[in-house]
Amino acid sequence: MSSNAITLPGTQIQARPWVDELHQWLTTVDHKRLGILYILSALLFLAIGGVEALIIRIQLMHSHNNFVSPEVFNRMFTMHGTTMIFFVAMPVLFGFANYLVPLMIGARDMAFPRLNAFSFWLSFLGGLLLYFSFLGGSGLYGAGSAPDVGWWSYAPLGARAFSPGHSSDYWTLAVLVSGFGSIGTAINIIATILCLRCPGMKLNRMPLLVWMNLVMAGMVLFAVTPLSAAQIMLLIDRYLGGHFFDTQAGGSAVLWMHFFWIFGHPEVYILIIPCFAFMSEIIPVFSRKPIFGYPVMVAATVCIAFVSMSVWAHHMFTIGMNSYANSFFTLTTMAVGVPTGIKIFNWIGTMWGGRIQFKTPMLFSIGFLFQFLIAGLTGIMIAASPFDWQLSLSYFVVAHFHYVIVGGILFALFAAFYYWYPKMTGRMLSERLGKWHFWLFLIGFHLTFDVMHIPGILGMPRRIYTYEPGRGWDTLNLIITIGAFIQALAILVFLANLVISYFKGDRAGNDPWDAWTLEWSISSPPPAYNFATVPTVASRRPLWDLKHPEDPDSRYE
Amino acid sequence: MSAVTTSFPNTVAEWQLPSRGKVAMAGLIVAESAIFTIFVVAYLFYLGKSLTGPTPREVLETPIFYTICLLSSSLTIHLAAKCLARGITFAFLGLWLFTIALGGLFLYGTAQEWYRLIYEHGVTISTNLFGTTYYSLVGLHAFHVTAGLIMLVTVAVFGLSGRVGVKQSGHIEVLSMYWHFVDAVWVVVFTVVYVLGR
Repeated sequence: MSSNAITLPGTQIQARPWVDELHQWLTTVDHKRLGILYILSALLFLAIGGVEALIIRIQLMHSHNNFVSPEVFNRMFTMHGTTMIFFVAMPVLFGFANYLVPLMIGARDMAFPRLNAFSFWLSFLGGLLLYFSFLGGSGLYGAGSAPDVGWWSYAPLGARAFSPGHSSDYWTLAVLVSGFGSIGTAINIIATILCLRCPGMKLNRMPLLVWMNLVMAGMVLFAVTPLSAAQIMLLIDRYLGGHFFDTQAGGSAVLWMHFFWIFGHPEVYILIIPCFAFMSEIIPVFSRKPIFGYPVMVAATVCIAFVSMSVWAHHMFTIGMNSYANSFFTLTTMAVGVPTGIKIFNWIGTMWGGRIQFKTPMLFSIGFLFQFLIAGLTGIMIAASPFDWQLSLSYFVVAHFHYVIVGGILFALFAAFYYWYPKMTGRMLSERLGKWHFWLFLIGFHLTFDVMHIPGILGMPRRIYTYEPGRGWDTLNLIITIGAFIQALAILVFLANLVISYFKGDRAGNDPWDAWTLEWSISSPPPAYNFATVPTVASRRPLWDLKHPEDPDSRYE
Repeated sequence: MSAVTTSFPNTVAEWQLPSRGKVAMAGLIVAESAIFTIFVVAYLFYLGKSLTGPTPREVLETPIFYTICLLSSSLTIHLAAKCLARGITFAFLGLWLFTIALGGLFLYGTAQEWYRLIYEHGVTISTNLFGTTYYSLVGLHAFHVTAGLIMLVTVAVFGLSGRVGVKQSGHIEVLSMYWHFVDAVWVVVFTVVYVLGR
């Protein structure tokens, strides 16, 4: 191994009893362990949210199906949405940020390790609180179980009168608590990146992953907080008899929509920007070329962050805003496509003329590029407000945002799993299972979400628990459900790969991909202290400089 | 095993980064500002939309004295931090306790106003939209003042037992950033509630 590990002569490492080991994990403040805890908790909730999606799909498989009752159906889509956004996507991305950012900037840990642990447990316990509603939702009133008013809990559905019992309280508290966790982590990421970079790592030498996580964390501060504020207002309404969203007393249901989407739309970019970050690390390594247009990538990211703060009301075209608001939000929404397009060009520019290696991470990255492009194009379609009046609240919209979240975010995440799993565990994920995973998931994904656009155009509304026969929706819905099960099968292959490779995978060594960022300079998994000596950086690709002292990048920057 | 070695070429002579405490507090302030913005927007949006009385014009009185107390506490905490940085611990402690007194006085003012509103005018958080938005916005601010006071008192306890010195002046500056923020928010709340809102 490399000389980068501190070896203490005469010490014997003995296996600790598992209770000790568990205690270590539960009380850890190490960014690597917290990162893995974040990721594991996200995988747990991914499985739960996935089962909910399958229940939804079985119910909609054919017309007049009676697999679940309408009430259960409402709970399923509410819990599916809330779980996937707040307890899968956010934690898994924070997990990767936690794990990778300190390693990539040559730091010992995050800026505030205990705040880090606190934030993780807040977000995890938020998830448990949400699911406790299945048991405790009825409370003393005996009405309602899990939250069932949709993941955006539109007013007045979230009010006491329409959501008796405690189901909405669990939803509010879970989202509020995990939101505080997100804010804590975001502050931590910002402080880590700005204050703990190793010598020489100027802002314009930071790996793009670090840059984009910095922008993401900044967006969390601006975008998650309005949701926290709105949740506090909802709690005031529900517990103290306030009237924020009480239309009977002059309150406004539309105000809730604004507050929710001021969070909700930037949230999409909070989720996708770290995925852009994965792409910007993985595509260059597997194309054997440095990233094309580094400064433009940074500028485009910051630009997306700014513009995405002013697009939220494109979720609300159908509420009847005036034509100026409609035009404004149509234009800003289309404008956000410009910096995003720049990024796609840059990734293709990186691949252009490179010696592309089609390993599993690269396969998922290429899948991401194609699918994210299509998701962006349908996004432009429904950004046009007249078109949106026709298709809002239909399955077309559901297909569009699942194309972003599954076709974009999830594919990028899988790429990241295959790419950094060796660093986290010291073992390679199996390429054979990885290929199975990729192709199965690709087929299942396209079967489900390509087809889903069509019933949307045919007028099938979202959130209906069943539909009349003879509308031409039956066959399409059956295909969508079959696709969902193929995706579930692919996820099982993935989970099996994670487990099997942990025990039987090939040894990874320090740097299995011949990559260029600092995390690959230390052993896999990294020691608790990360770097035995603080690295010093002279270019954007410090490991390239080390491996090629005759032609270092620093000569050209 | 590979060409990877540990000896990174040492070329950087000077390397200075911002203090993590200040950066984190700046981040917290940004986040809190967004929360307050939403509450301020709700307050402005619901101005004059209450279906029943009383209205702000009928019941609110401008708390000029208590506002002066809070705003001048920004000055005293700034001077306190300055004194500590220069090692004048005695002056620091005096100014610090004075800051706490001013903050406490402000909270007393809020309490008195709420008492008057509830017992003389019968305005509670559930009376009408004005009540809901007023108590939420002013209450959120008062909550932040309270949180700040708890931290200030904690420092005062350590200070009185002689454990706050020049070494801690970085931490004290971070705390004073928070206190300045709480004061700045009051300027906005005051303008919105007592000037524009009446």
